[in-house]
Amino acid sequence: MSQSYNRGLIEDFSRWREFQAGMWAWIFHKFTGWVLIGYLFTHIAVLSTAIPAADGATMMFQGSQTDVFTGTIVSLEGLLLVRILEVGLLAVAVFHMLNGTRLLLVDLGVGLEAQDKSFYASLILTGAITVASVPTFIAGAF
Amino acid sequence: MAERYSSFNSGGRMWLLQRVTAAFLLVVLAFHFFLLHFVHHADEVTLAASSARMEQLSYYSLMVLFLVTATFHGVNGVYNALVNQGLTGTKRTVVKWSLVAASVVLLFQGIRTANAWAGGFPLL
Repeated sequence: MSQSYNRGLIEDFSRWREFQAGMWAWIFHKFTGWVLIGYLFTHIAVLSTAIPAADGATMMFQGSQTDVFTGTIVSLEGLLLVRILEVGLLAVAVFHMLNGTRLLLVDLGVGLEAQDKSFYASLILTGAITVASVPTFIAGAF
Repeated sequence: MAERYSSFNSGGRMWLLQRVTAAFLLVVLAFHFFLLHFVHHADEVTLAASSARMEQLSYYSLMVLFLVTATFHGVNGVYNALVNQGLTGTKRTVVKWSLVAASVVLLFQGIRTANAWAGGFPLL
């Protein structure tokens, strides 16, 4: 027989001290999801400089005329802030992917009993992958 | 058993599509990051190199499919998050169609960009 529990209002974030692993996983998954869809729109906007570039549009970059796509991307990549934001993006994407894998497995009936442990594993693995990727993402920024 | 609490209509078509696109994106997003940050580096991007990749039908198709699935997964996720927060009635309908419109614009612009790199739809 099914039984209902009075959870209170799940959207009441002022109760954050009472949140357990599953609720934090839910919050982090929503937050990283919002960041990723926001980034997708920004990403396409920046990459759209390929449209005028393919028609021959150029800009002054490092003392010579360069197509606007290459000039825009390489200029952005030259900013340390952009490199740091890219590391943040990687962390957000990796967490969303690992936690998403956890959710897919739970949907398939695998690992529900260990869902708190798999959330902690997602966090630790996200941290490890992000830290290990820092040298690649920062290379040449200085 | 605890009462089920989810923004998804479990077993529904959108519920399944959100998960199928998730499984696809897991693989393709990892490939995308690996290729464009670890094999090639983002600060070495050139129009010519991007064009050379996009002129291959296999890469072009994968990237367009990547765009379509990422747009669906992201926008549907936003819609579900808002419904979960209590969005109902006329507001829900307005938000739904605004998100559909934003998706169409994103797909249109993304495919225009892919075609600019490829010099049109790649045939080979």
